[in-house]
Amino acid sequence: MSGVLSYGTYVPYYRLQRSAIAAALGTPSGKGSRAVASSDEDTTTMAVEAGRVAMRGLADGVAPGAVYFATADPAYLDKTNATAIHVALALPDDTAAYDMVGSVRSGVGALRAALDAKQPTLAVLSDLRTGLAGGNDERDGGDAAAAIVCGPGSDEAPVLAELVASASVTAEFMDRWRVPGARSSTVWEERFGGHAYAPLAEQALTDALKAADTTPDGLDHLIVTGPQARGVRAALAKSGARPEAVVDDLSATVGNTGTAHPGLLLSSVLDAAEPGALIALVVLADGADVLVFRATDALAQHRASPSVAQWIASGRDDLDYQRFLTWRESLVREGPRRPDPVSPAGPPRCVESSGSSGSSGAAAPSAAPATCRRHVSA
Amino acid sequence: MGSHGIRDRVAIVGMGCTPFGEHWDKSVDDLVIDSTTEALASAGVAVDDVDAFWLGTMGSGVSGLTLSRPLHLDYKPVSRLENMCATGSEAFRNACYAVASGAYDTVMAVGVEKLKDSGFSGLTMSPPPGDGTAVELTAPAMFSLLAPAYREKYGVDEQEMKDVLTRIAWKNHKNGALNPRAQFKREVSKEVICNSPLIAGQLGIFDCSGVSDGSAAAMIVRAEDAHEYTDKPIYVKALSFVAGPANGPIDPEYDYTSFEEVVRSSQDAYAQAGIEDPRAELALAEVHDCFTPTELVLMEDLGFAERGTAWKEVLAGTFDLDGELAVNPDGGLKSFGHPIGASGLRMLFECWLQLRHEAPAERQITNDKKLGLTHNLGGAPGECVSFVSVVGAEPSD
Repeated sequence: MSGVLSYGTYVPYYRLQRSAIAAALGTPSGKGSRAVASSDEDTTTMAVEAGRVAMRGLADGVAPGAVYFATADPAYLDKTNATAIHVALALPDDTAAYDMVGSVRSGVGALRAALDAKQPTLAVLSDLRTGLAGGNDERDGGDAAAAIVCGPGSDEAPVLAELVASASVTAEFMDRWRVPGARSSTVWEERFGGHAYAPLAEQALTDALKAADTTPDGLDHLIVTGPQARGVRAALAKSGARPEAVVDDLSATVGNTGTAHPGLLLSSVLDAAEPGALIALVVLADGADVLVFRATDALAQHRASPSVAQWIASGRDDLDYQRFLTWRESLVREGPRRPDPVSPAGPPRCVESSGSSGSSGAAAPSAAPATCRRHVSA
Repeated sequence: MGSHGIRDRVAIVGMGCTPFGEHWDKSVDDLVIDSTTEALASAGVAVDDVDAFWLGTMGSGVSGLTLSRPLHLDYKPVSRLENMCATGSEAFRNACYAVASGAYDTVMAVGVEKLKDSGFSGLTMSPPPGDGTAVELTAPAMFSLLAPAYREKYGVDEQEMKDVLTRIAWKNHKNGALNPRAQFKREVSKEVICNSPLIAGQLGIFDCSGVSDGSAAAMIVRAEDAHEYTDKPIYVKALSFVAGPANGPIDPEYDYTSFEEVVRSSQDAYAQAGIEDPRAELALAEVHDCFTPTELVLMEDLGFAERGTAWKEVLAGTFDLDGELAVNPDGGLKSFGHPIGASGLRMLFECWLQLRHEAPAERQITNDKKLGLTHNLGGAPGECVSFVSVVGAEPSD
């Protein structure tokens, strides 16, 4: 039996009220707020936060054999970002770490790869969604991360939600894209995306429910998510699921967190699902992917803390739009008359990351974070 | 094993100190020529008669060539030192030891810094290549942490604390207004100080010391030779320097209401100098008022006030020019700015003037006490170095 062994999420502290955008730009006011990563956060730091929660939920001595990091907004290209997450989570050096970066679909891809693995595997989904000022992506997007440890269960790490079926349909079409280095994505007309995604969603969901030997009204929780809002709405309308099974997409509180959103919404369901509950996760991104889970008896004793609802409740929602634009480098402001921060240098980082080997990790206070520990005792 | 000190073994026989400020028209060379020329003249010594030099500068030059080139030194030993904001004091300390050891007869300690050439506000450092995990806080941010910590520990409310910090800045500017060498030579009203724009936490712009250029220098000889140079030598009673373990920021026990480095270095210095009650025995203290809460905390760490009471003493005027113990009678970093390498020797220069009764009459301390203290702090709360010296107008009994 394979499935979810542990999970955790992270929603950054700041929220931008959509009315603040409207007030600044004179555009029609949207409802609710979106989560905003602070100026010192990126997809890697958010991934670490979520990863910490997930690792806390895992029994001592159970280490993931691999980390898959998925994001559409990597901090680095060419260099692996998952290695920073790996070291920050103090994972053993024989745990492999790989990126699956660049597109929203890599989120569900990482999740599938972890579910297919023969050993516990950590999928970390993180995204920082932005777009041009006044645009839909800026307004409807959100920043967050989710970390999910998947694999075959064991006595120490029981399965919390068993994967009972999956299906995938791949399609190549030009609905949304961003060339490397561009500040924002290009998105085709809404109606086209709706047209393109509806049949893909229907096909994948039908295949998955058949494999799970169930029907749409047998679902206790249905998550449909993807960057194409119209396609998501169409898929939900055609799904045949009971209305009460449809899961809140958090658009009013967090926004659509892109690559992270399948993990975030699945986590929000796991935060409350009853044992035996049947959960379908449908992701519409360059095709359609469906994962069907059944919650186990172990879930109630292993829910993540903080929960998604707790993250949402702990934010502050008075962020100025001007500050948001500054953080996103959309508003280029005069900086302080100070030198730029010094970039990390290669060799010191290499030496000080090597922790247990050599003397530099020896005299560390146990409470210090891993990187500080090595830094201080050097 | 032990810290024995060199009480009364060496003496200062000449000093020089440039005006501190924005010296757009002077180079580092000009500044060291000005301060050393004044110090040599003060001691009546020619530069060729100086046997060795110690130059303190954080970033205005590297190596002894920074001094030997402008002074046209004739193949003399010149050490260049750096110890963060205590750099000037460190140059003085090492120069004193060289004389006490018998290695040289006549030496000079020089401090210089030209901050205004950087184009940046505040202090800048060029840290060695690192792994990127070092905390990047500005100096005002790091020292601002003292104020709320002190408030919470001793039950001082926010307005009271603002009044205390304001009074420290007001007092130092009031003293600086009497000092022609100061960068800021005018009084600043409490209203202007407490309404100044916030920089970090509760700290306004007037809670922060300025940014300036300057240089100061001291001539040091063996105590028994001192009267060959001057009738009023200033004797070195104590020199103490401490580098802390620098684990405050990651130590959950560290509460940001004290600098243990200052406690240790002052206790060591008082032991060397034979001081039992510093508040009663010192004529003046020049302390490292880089930010107003620093001076507040220093009053307790240096033993001038009981724990948790310095804020009341500040409000009561204990450390005013005409108070029980004058602290920063020259105006302090607040009025002088903080050209790193020069500050420690600038503090010593005020002791030189005051203990020889050569300060301008309007700020001359008139009690009959014979000891002065200088204190330099380098780094930030929880990770710093501290220097304390005690100097005196007379040899001990």
